[in-house]
Formats: sequence, C-alpha cells, structure tokens
Amino acid sequence: MSSAHSHLLYRHGDSILHRLPAHAKLLALVGFMLVVVATPRDRYLAFAGYAVLLAFVAVAADVPFKFIATRMVVEAPFVVFAVLLPVISTGPRVDVLGLSLSEDGLLAGWNILAKGTLGVVAAILLAATTDARDMLIGLQRLRLPARLVEIAAFMVRYADVVVADMQRMRIARESRAFEGRRLGRLRVVAQSAGALFIRSYERGERVHLAMLSRGYAGAMPLVGHAPVARRAWVSVATLPLAAVGVAVVSGWFA
Amino acid sequence: MHVPDGFLDAPTSVATGAVAAAGIAVALSKAREELDERTAPLAGLTAAFVFAGQMINFPVGVGTSGHLMGGALAAVLVGPWTAVLVMSVVLMIQSLLFADGGLTALGTNITLIGIATVAAGWLVTRALLAVLPRRPASVVPAAAVAAFVSVPAAAAVFVLLFSAGGQASLPFGPLLGTMLGWHLLIGIGEALITGLTVSAVVAVRPDLVYAARDLRPTLKLRQADGTLINAAPSPAGTGRTDDHAGSRVGLRAVLAGGALAAALIAGVLSFLASGSPDGLERVAESEGFADSARDHAFGNFALADYGEIGGIPVGLAGLLGVVVTVIIGLAVFRFVRRRTDREENVSA
Amino acid sequence: MTQSLEVRGLAYAYPDGHQALYGIDLTVGRGERVALLGPNGAGKTTFILHLNGILHGGAGTVTVAGLDVRPGERDSLREIRRRVGVVFQDPDDQLFMPTVRDDVAFGPANLGLRGAELDARVTEALEAVGMTGVADRPPHHLSFGQRRRVAVATVLAMRPEILVLDEPTSNLDPASRRELADILRSLDVTLLLVTHDLPYALELCERSVVLSGGSIVADGPTPEVLSDEDLLRRHRLELPFGFDPRPVRPA
Repeated sequence: MSSAHSHLLYRHGDSILHRLPAHAKLLALVGFMLVVVATPRDRYLAFAGYAVLLAFVAVAADVPFKFIATRMVVEAPFVVFAVLLPVISTGPRVDVLGLSLSEDGLLAGWNILAKGTLGVVAAILLAATTDARDMLIGLQRLRLPARLVEIAAFMVRYADVVVADMQRMRIARESRAFEGRRLGRLRVVAQSAGALFIRSYERGERVHLAMLSRGYAGAMPLVGHAPVARRAWVSVATLPLAAVGVAVVSGWFA
Repeated sequence: MHVPDGFLDAPTSVATGAVAAAGIAVALSKAREELDERTAPLAGLTAAFVFAGQMINFPVGVGTSGHLMGGALAAVLVGPWTAVLVMSVVLMIQSLLFADGGLTALGTNITLIGIATVAAGWLVTRALLAVLPRRPASVVPAAAVAAFVSVPAAAAVFVLLFSAGGQASLPFGPLLGTMLGWHLLIGIGEALITGLTVSAVVAVRPDLVYAARDLRPTLKLRQADGTLINAAPSPAGTGRTDDHAGSRVGLRAVLAGGALAAALIAGVLSFLASGSPDGLERVAESEGFADSARDHAFGNFALADYGEIGGIPVGLAGLLGVVVTVIIGLAVFRFVRRRTDREENVSA
Repeated sequence: MTQSLEVRGLAYAYPDGHQALYGIDLTVGRGERVALLGPNGAGKTTFILHLNGILHGGAGTVTVAGLDVRPGERDSLREIRRRVGVVFQDPDDQLFMPTVRDDVAFGPANLGLRGAELDARVTEALEAVGMTGVADRPPHHLSFGQRRRVAVATVLAMRPEILVLDEPTSNLDPASRRELADILRSLDVTLLLVTHDLPYALELCERSVVLSGGSIVADGPTPEVLSDEDLLRRHRLELPFGFDPRPVRPA
C-alpha cells in the first residue's frame, strides 16, 4: 500500500461529528454502508444521492474536500482493478470509444468503483473526526471482546514507536548513501526489522512490568462513562435513514 | 490488496463475515492457552509491526508491487490463535482509522489476510519443524517457507471467493493462474522479510518466538551448594505442558500440511482443467466470449446458480470433496491423538 | 507469626542462558526493615521480580505473607501483587496515565475499587507522600523527586504489606532524599530497600543482606555488615569518603 498508512487520518476539531461518541458514529457508518452495498449497481441516481449525503456529513464534520481527496489515494489498487475489469471480463461486448469492452465488466467495474469509493470517503470522515483512543473506547462499548481491545490498545501505543523508528532508520540508511534497490534493499530493511522488534518490545516491557505489578490484568479499568444522550443517537441515525430514503426514492426513477 | 466495500455480493460477504466471526471466536478461546500475561503487549507489538510492514512495498514484475501480509510472521512469533487475533486487529484498525479496507468487507479481509495466511503459514511451519533439527534456528527456514506458501494460499482463497460472489464474469483458469503467479512472486518477498526478521529475533530473544518454544534446550541451574538441576521451561507463553506431545503433534501437522497442499493442488488443477478448454475456446473466438458458452455452463451443472462463470461447478465440487476429506482426516488424527494421550497418562 | 516473606532455594536463568540467581534463601518478618545491598549485576532486580510473580520458571519457592507465589493462578497472583508493592527504579516506567490522580487510581481500580471508595484511597496515598497538591497535573510536568514520590503513592494506594523499593534515592537531591526518608519511616509496612546508598540503608534499615553474584553473601545487623571492610571491598561496595558506620545510631 502507499504511505497513506503512516499518517493518521485524524483531524483535530470541534465539529458536531467530533463531539459524537465513537460507537454511535461507527454504527451509523456501518448502517449507511450496508444500504450502499445492498443497492443494485444500475441505480445511478442512488449513488449520486449517497455522495450528496456524504458531502453534507463532510460539511458537518468541518472536513475540507481537499483533505478527503488527497487521502483517497488508499483506494488506488481497487481502482486499477475496476478499470481493468471491462477489458478482461467475459460476456457480450460493447463498443466504447473504439475499444471493445465487456458490458458486464463495465457494470462490475462501476459497481466496485462507486461502492468502494463511497466506503473510503465515509471511512475517512469517521477517522478524521475520531481519535484512536476514542475509537478504542467506542469498540469497547460495542462489546468487542476485551482481548481484541487490549491488543488494539497496545498496537496503537506501539505503532507510533515502530513507525517513527522505521523512518529514523530509513533516514540513517539514506544518509549513508544507501539507495534501496529491489532485493538488496529488502534484505537490509528486513535485518533491521528484527532488531527494531526487539528494541521496541524491551522498551515497552518495562512499562508493562510496572502495570502488571499494580494488578493490571488485561482491561484498562473503565472509569466513569457518560451515557449517550438521545439527541446524539438521533443525529447519528439521520445518515443511514437518509440513505434508505435515497435508495427508495431512486427506485421510483429506476 | 484489502478488499473494499461492495466488492463481493451480499451472500458471500455475509458468509465470509460468519467465517471471520467464527474464526475469531475460536481463536479467542484457544489463545488463552498461548498467552500469558506478558504476551498481550507482545501481540500488540506484533500487530504494530505487521501494520508497519504492510507499508513496505517491493517491486514484483514490471510496474506492479506487492507488500507484506504478515500472517505467517505473526503465527511464528505469537502462535496461530493469537496471530488470528493480531491480524484481525490490524485489519480492523486499518479500516477504522486509515480507511483501508471496507468496513462491510472486514469479514472478507479477515478471512483472507487474517485466517487463510495464518492457517497456511502455521501448518507449514509445524510440518517443517517436525522434520528439521530441533534447534531454535530451525524456525527461520520454516518461517520463510511458511510465509512463501501463505501468500498464494490467500490468493487462491481470494479467487474462490471472487468466483462465488464477484459480480463479474472473469475467465476462471486464467484468473487463477495470474493471481497465483503474481502472488508466488510476492511470496518470495514475504519469505525474505519473514525469514530475516525471525532470524534476528530468535538470535537475541528466543523467548519472544512462539514457534521456537519447544526447541530450546532445557536450562540448567546451579544451586547454592553447587549441584545442577533443570529449570522448568518458561517460554513467552504456554499454559500447557504437553511438551511430550511434540513429535506426535508434528506428525499430525505434517499430515495436515500435506492435506492442505493436496487440497490446494486439487482445487487448482480441477479449476484449471475445467477452465482451460473453455478458456482456449473462448480465446479462439476473436470477439472474446460468446453467449453460447454461458448457456453451456448453465445447462450442465447442478450448481448452475453460480452459473455465469463457466467451469466453476466442477472445480468447486472437487475442492469441496478435498476439504471434506481433510476435515475427516484431521478429526481422525485428533481422535487418535486423544486416545494415545489417555493411554500414555494411564501408563505414566 | 507468619513471615512477610519467605524465599527458599530461588534460582533463575534468563532465556538466553545467563544464570542470575544461584539459590537464594531469605526470610523477612513482619515490620522488619531490610536493606538489600550489592553491586550492579548482582541479581537484585531479578530477585525483586520474583517477589510478585513476574519472573518465574526457575527453581525454588517464594511465599508472601503465607501465600505461595504460583504464576499460573490468576487470583492468587492478583492478591500477591496487592501485598507486594514494588516501586521500580525509573518513575517514568511507572507513570503512564494522563494525570497523577489517574496513575494513583490505576492500582486500586484493578483491585476493583470504584467511586467514592476509590477517591478516598487515592487521597490517602497522595497524603502519605505529600503530593495532594499535584493530583490533577500530568506526571511528566513534575520534578524528578516529585515523580519518585508519586510513584511510591501509586503503590501505596494498594495498601501493600511489603514495600519493595529499587534504588529509591538515585538521582535525588539531598532535600528530596530527606523527604523520602521521612515518608518511609512513617509507613507501617515491611520494607525491603534495594540500594547502593549505604548511609540510607544504615539510617532506615536495622538489617542488611548482601547479594553478590546471584547468592547471598552476608545477612546481619546493618552496622555490623557495613563495618566489615573486607566484605564490602570484595563485593564492590564502598562507604562514602569519611563515613564511619559505627558511631551513627540507626533508626
């Protein structure tokens, strides 16, 4: 994948979306995407409607369109696949701009492009308005098994350390005129990876020992959680409900 | 590639969701045997590592690149059940915080990158460790080969899923061939990274490598009065004490690994076998793919509902047959092992 | 009367083969204050980590206030970690929550305390170390001496029976050192003080044990141990220049 990974999508702010609890946003997002994914691919109007809905959400979240656009790079691989499908698919052919393309492939490619892109944009909006810690709390409130939340918490904690160390090592290598080329680069990177693993582990090990010594047994004690106001649930539910509305209305024009 | 939303149709997505949920549920209960209190942060670190590793691209062929998947690496470091949890967490965080991989496709991604790679990687690791010399260093070639196999194994599962719910008519044999070929190349990169990483860790901290836990020589302790005694084995995490079962588990794993390879080969061959005559026929026609071929597929097979992709039903049936055989075989071996265990306990 | 701590035949080797402990026998009675002296690399930290079950797998047994340390048993481990409070050498390894209050609450919260009871416990611990004023500040904004004291509070909040401190005076200025000594003297716990700071050991602990090369090489009243020049020299321990242990009245 691209280096879009290394930058958390979170964008500090105080919009409506920022203030909503993570688990509510997550549920709304999943609900919205379920509607999108269930929509038959030839309801072009519906997809336009969904895009408009997401635009509204972006405004409510105080997230500029440019921010979203630059971070959509992550979807590049499946865009390539979607574009290839009309070329390599079987089935009746259709002439488009002088190329003989599979009709089925065109529809399939459109399907992947539309739904996948909507999914990415929606996910970007969620990630931009929810920081890692709140996301984990949200998952915990959704009753995700404690073990998974624990591993995720440590992962988030270590991820900064590991990624930062990787950058530092890359800089150190390149400062010594190392120009990574194919297999040679791989070997060096992989060898330093092992050392990085041990170093990171030992750094975290001491803190973990202190936690264990104070009785830590796998779950961060959940101290004081405010119940979610009904108003929050209502505002969060508007997204999937509006999507259902769009789907129904577009059906009348199909 | 992380699968986006809407890639597979609803029934397939739901099915993979169920497989993922079941896999995680089983992994949660089994992981308790693998993890002691210190290994949860190790699992988190492994997750962070796999996550970082997936950022490394390496060139594969002209103009394309692949990236590390990490399932085999995770399995070797923290054990197979914990590895399933680790990979699931990585995929979850990637889709929630990095918009990589559709939320509704999480089940699919977990099945592919979380379960298929870990299962293939672990089975191959155990199979090889059963025949390699019993030294911590043996984990390195075992992990490398396991990593190499895990990538095309996931690709094969992907093709299977796509054939069932891909909403596009792609010529089956060629698709499988291309995917496997490409992923065999990616597998080389994965094998290199995995092998080198494991070798560095096992050299300095063998207690952090789950797969090496049975391979370290028993430590001898010198008491205050000068006598030597054996230390109890205390690796990164086993609550179990079935070290005596090492060789028997090895045999079972060899057979399971062999069965998996057989299933893959059988599935692949049957797909190719059924696909290629059609494929050749189709390619022969200058316009590409004719309607008649589709009617043909519809007409002949019981699983015609999957029908727009020619050749699938035979291959699918073949694959299902092998899968059933493998399951029965594993069940038989587990039964035999439990019997022998009980006999051993009685005689001990 | 049950001893606070009973260690018998403790031996341990690290996974890479390096043996750190060669069969240790130690008994500490309730209310005793014992200094654990020894050079770097003697195995002192390794020993401490056995007292609350973090390290295990070697040989020998550890019994804390009558309860055996058995690593497999979750429930008894939790109780042992309540009874044995370990304050590690680096306070930054132990302060990992956003505020001092959160950090002090971490331990008792893991023991199941909530609400008003939890708050009371936190206040009690902070008062014992004189740090109630900084309760809502992030730990890394405090001075080193203050962080040390907060680290002690995080452990005191669990109401331990034995307080184990690993090099508590390292990097402390003389005033902070004095303040810590006053705090430790005021506590009603069994004390195991791991230290290089021999005058501190003399001031606070009536008994000293010397650990060197993984074995115990001396065990007796502190003034006696510190007066044995030969012993000290053999195990890389040194009294500060001009310091004479004999005329000083120990605590």
